[in-house]
Amino acid sequence: MTTGTTAGPVVRLEGRLWGLTRRQRTTLRTTLPVVVLFLPPALLLFTLFVVLPMGEAAWYSFYNWNGYGEPEQWVGLRNYEFVLGHKVFLTALQNNGLIILVSLLVQIPLALWLANLLAHRIRGALMFRLIFFLPYVLADVAAGLIWRFVYDGDFGIVSGALQVVGSEPVFLLAERETAIWAVLAVIVWKYFGFHMMLFIAGLQAIDKEVMEAAEVDGATGWQKFFRITLPLLASTVRLSVFFSIVGSLQLFDLIMPLTGGAPGNSTHTMVSYLYQFGVVRLQIGFGSAVGVVLFVISVTLAFTYRRIFMHHD
Amino acid sequence: MTIVRTGTSVAAIAAWLGIAGAAAAQTTIDMLHVENNPDAIALWETLAAEYETANPGVDINLEFLENEAFKAKLPSLLQSDEAPDIFYSWGGGVLDIQRESGALRPLTEMMDADGGAWRSTYSEGAINGLSFDGDVWAVPYRTGVVAFFYNKEQFEQAGVDAAAIQTWDDLLAAVQTLKDTGLTPITCGGADKWPLHFYYSYLIMRNGGAAVLEAAKSGAPDAYLDPAIVRAGEQVAELGALEPCQNGWQGSRWPEPLGDFADGRAAMILGFEDTNLDQVSQATDGVGLAQDNIGRFAFPAVEGGAGAATDTFGGLNGWALTANAPDEAIDFLRWFTAPEQQRRQAEATGMIPVAVGAEDGVVDSLVRASAEALATSSYHQNYLDQDLGPNLGRTVNDVTVELWDGSTSPEEAAQTLQDTAMMDEM
Repeated sequence: MTTGTTAGPVVRLEGRLWGLTRRQRTTLRTTLPVVVLFLPPALLLFTLFVVLPMGEAAWYSFYNWNGYGEPEQWVGLRNYEFVLGHKVFLTALQNNGLIILVSLLVQIPLALWLANLLAHRIRGALMFRLIFFLPYVLADVAAGLIWRFVYDGDFGIVSGALQVVGSEPVFLLAERETAIWAVLAVIVWKYFGFHMMLFIAGLQAIDKEVMEAAEVDGATGWQKFFRITLPLLASTVRLSVFFSIVGSLQLFDLIMPLTGGAPGNSTHTMVSYLYQFGVVRLQIGFGSAVGVVLFVISVTLAFTYRRIFMHHD
Repeated sequence: MTIVRTGTSVAAIAAWLGIAGAAAAQTTIDMLHVENNPDAIALWETLAAEYETANPGVDINLEFLENEAFKAKLPSLLQSDEAPDIFYSWGGGVLDIQRESGALRPLTEMMDADGGAWRSTYSEGAINGLSFDGDVWAVPYRTGVVAFFYNKEQFEQAGVDAAAIQTWDDLLAAVQTLKDTGLTPITCGGADKWPLHFYYSYLIMRNGGAAVLEAAKSGAPDAYLDPAIVRAGEQVAELGALEPCQNGWQGSRWPEPLGDFADGRAAMILGFEDTNLDQVSQATDGVGLAQDNIGRFAFPAVEGGAGAATDTFGGLNGWALTANAPDEAIDFLRWFTAPEQQRRQAEATGMIPVAVGAEDGVVDSLVRASAEALATSSYHQNYLDQDLGPNLGRTVNDVTVELWDGSTSPEEAAQTLQDTAMMDEM
């Protein structure tokens, strides 16, 4: 017993090289090449294209700088004060919130409903899936331009249809009251197909036997949906909501051709605000401050959401 | 031995490359522009080809970027290796920022050589408009003036006499009469905003005269809170309150207003000097208004205002050269903007040339009227959204629309301009 206990450490000491055990050495031998070969490229790219630009943006945000030469005019927190007090930015922030809200209340329920109809092998399901998915495939800029024509008061189909029933020509994108809702309708149209596809994939992964068992037990359609489908689909729904939030924060290329922020800067999102007030106006320092604010909001939302709702997934 | 051999072979290759290089020594000049008029582009290409034939060593490469993209991309482009040799400029604050950064090549020395032989080919105003700190920073190319264009038939129908519109109140009365007749008085580009900034700018000039704007541009304290600027804001709001624009004007982007005018959906447009020619390309039927159906009148005076009705507001464009542009680029521009070439461009596109002696290229009678207004101008102001730099300039555009639709007061608008100007100064 005594020898056994003393022999142990001795053997291990003999097996050590540079203070490492044999097992540690084996691990090192197998993982080291992987680390040496695969980490540097990724790390380098990540540093070059993510970490450095973020650091630079944070640095520029303290300057009054028009993008030419080197930033020299230190203005402290003035850019941040201006962003957070600018009514157009606050409108943009509100619009981003509205987009998330409409995604949650309209887009995802709609997608869920359609997915339920189309997840089973019924006649025409494939064709309908394709049709509903088409808007998502379309480039954002093209979709924006198409809808600009659709909403046009003089030549567009929406106004034309309303005029048939005796209304005056309507210019939905030109009125402060209606413009943002018209934009939201396009967003729902553009992205519901994507969420529908996610849900169809999720629904097809649900075991059929569970559903059959419920049917045998005499569950109604609603009961089946709320007791079986929805709980089993919960992780997909959480993912879908996550995509909606991220998508809202990135929304830019649909807004620019559709309204460009008009009427009167009322339909900007935070990103189109950054472009219009930072890049176009050659206020690169200010634009960087907007970028930093946007970054903080995104990171906070993304991490909080993942922490609270997606920690099981 | 080996070293020597390698050395000689390297020298041989270098010599061979050098000869080959000399044989094909082509200087390529990249010229970045925003022109989308097909007639103008076709003529430019012809001119470039002519120049290339006369100068076999030079290739002219015309590159197009859409207006907004051009302005957004230029700062990074100018600081990269991809910078064009020549690019289009609106002068004003943006050109000033570019030359301060060292991105441009000054032209003073070349212009002043041989007793100012080159400089004297342009009108003095054009040279001055593109000069900062005593140096010339762009080759003058074209100039213009903003004025009202109207549909004669519709004016007749409403019983409005364009010649009688002399003051701002006359204009408001005309707008009201047109509206009462059931016509749309004015077409407005409310989404792009700059087509409306013409009104605010002109009114500031008419109320305050040259002094107010010069004070504002020189950064005098509280210059934007001047009563003349507040008064101009009130007048914009007065016009806006009459609801003179087409339905959906807040969503209208350039050149849609031009199409409204061409199709007869609006009686008036405050537009560029070549509006009567340009409207044709935007007409739904491809024909537009007949030329004899279009009239022109200058922006009216303001009663009791310090500015004269002969003060003009409009563009001045030039071609700037980047710091590394070769001498060939300067030579090409000098040729490109010489009276003979300017005359041909004026004939083909309806632009108002800046080369002395090219005026007779202006053949259209309405464009000629603009050219005469410029020739007799008592004070000329460049577009404010260019002259005041990109930030303050676009703020002028923003507040004009807000004044128009009543979402800001004239005092608030002036204060916003003052705050933005101070932010730029800091």
